[in-house]
Amino acid sequence: MLRIECPFCGLRNHNEFTYLEDGSGEMPALDNIDGEAWYEAVFLRDNPRGMHIEDWHHTQGCRMVLRVSRNTLTHQILSVVPSHPDYKEMFSDSAKSANSAPKSAKARLPRPKSAKSKSAKDGRG
Amino acid sequence: MDGKARVKRYSALRIIKEGLSGHKGWQPAWRDATPKPAYDVIVIGGGGHGLATAYYLASIHGIKNVALLEKGWIGGGNSGRNTTIVRSNYSIEGNTAFYEHSLKLWEGLSQELNYNVMFSQRGHLSLFFTPGQRDALARRYNIMRLNGIDGEFLNRDQVQKMVPHLNYSEDSRFPIMGGFLQPRAGTARHDAVNWGYARAASALGVDIIQNCEVTGFIHEGGKIQGVETNRGEIRAEKIGMAVAGSTSLLAKMAGLGKLPIESHKLQAFVSEPIKPFLDTVLVYSAYNGHFYISQSDKGGMVFGGDLDGYNSYAQRGNLPIYTDVAGCAMNVMPALGRVKILRQWAGIMDMSMDGSPFIAKTDIDGLYLNAGWCYGGFKAIPGSGWCFAHTIANDAPHEINSPLTLDRFRQGRQIDESGHGPFPKAH
Repeated sequence: MLRIECPFCGLRNHNEFTYLEDGSGEMPALDNIDGEAWYEAVFLRDNPRGMHIEDWHHTQGCRMVLRVSRNTLTHQILSVVPSHPDYKEMFSDSAKSANSAPKSAKARLPRPKSAKSKSAKDGRG
Repeated sequence: MDGKARVKRYSALRIIKEGLSGHKGWQPAWRDATPKPAYDVIVIGGGGHGLATAYYLASIHGIKNVALLEKGWIGGGNSGRNTTIVRSNYSIEGNTAFYEHSLKLWEGLSQELNYNVMFSQRGHLSLFFTPGQRDALARRYNIMRLNGIDGEFLNRDQVQKMVPHLNYSEDSRFPIMGGFLQPRAGTARHDAVNWGYARAASALGVDIIQNCEVTGFIHEGGKIQGVETNRGEIRAEKIGMAVAGSTSLLAKMAGLGKLPIESHKLQAFVSEPIKPFLDTVLVYSAYNGHFYISQSDKGGMVFGGDLDGYNSYAQRGNLPIYTDVAGCAMNVMPALGRVKILRQWAGIMDMSMDGSPFIAKTDIDGLYLNAGWCYGGFKAIPGSGWCFAHTIANDAPHEINSPLTLDRFRQGRQIDESGHGPFPKAH
């Protein structure tokens, strides 16, 4: 079992989550009509043996999408932050000092103001 | 041909002769070769696909100066980690002809290789549980019959007659409605396939070089000219890669850049050996469940389910799928409940973006790619080797593998059998 430290809910088993996909790339802008850019974003993957940036959906928890840095060979998880840009910013402010000790980052994370506060509260372990 | 002459054929007469002379005349099945500085063709990857490629290069195309490089031992990767199911019940153009060609090669393989690969056409029975599944399988049945592939549609009574010891109770959570059978499908002995191809290829002069890991590629003038390995530089103007699981790593090394592939792990399980219990390959797929099971000749129940679901290069499985597979087993075949699981392991799958493989030339002259087998590579071994050898020998794909290009995503020609779109974990 992987154990994922959800910034909102705490340390949880990975079968509470749904793995979404590689989170390292950016999709082209919607008005971009360059087929090659779409081809690369939709179909090509770096597929590293080592650190991998990926998105997990906390389906059976806070339902937030989380960006996880995980080693694909050892399965060690180095960091878990919210994927959404608004929440990510809130996280990164307080996470700067926590980068060396990602496991304790959760404790210093400010509660996102606009989060579905009820489910976040209920899910908090 | 001199290589061929040195290898004695296996036969009943040979066994009697050896029996009378104290079994002192047997020889190793293949030569454990040391690398020469140069070859006509290098095949990277000593699994079933690589070994079959080397064999067909030598036997059909007459290219016998071939090196097969394997970083560990032959058949030690996914070829030795699968559930040994062989079938050709596909319905999308590009897959149908290819897998049927492979199944036909399986049917004559033991004779061709003079090695018993224990191919057993015990049938492959996919159960259905909902009207939707029934309609989807009926559609597949019709497509297969139109393509000249065998199939039979069974109602619940016919399934019960064929496999009486499933859960047929009316209050079962997912009652069995019927099944779709491919009678010519079945299982084979995975190690025997590797060893059979290795022996036959070696007899034709192919050098099988184990413990030889590729660490780099030699490019000269925009063409591939050889590889660097932990056993020195080996040169060849044509190089074929058949390293499913590690394709992205080797492709990056070769300069191919990113590929439409993710590496995922798939688990397989085997139980303690029991008396003959199941004489077909059974597939269960009620709602989101996924479970397939057969019995090996040794008696072990061999079974598996879905991918673990996240990118991984670790050859070990995780608990949620373990419980998922056990739950499916108990639902469809409760009699298994007291059987102990003996071993469980995982292999690394090349999951492609449409669930279909690649047997193709690459953008680099002289470099050929065989990859993206998702979790259906075992059944494809003979067909894949056959097509890949043709592609390498002629520098052009055979008609059968011409749709299996790397470029099909750029052109919008995906071969998406399951219709899941560009999500490798879903195929």
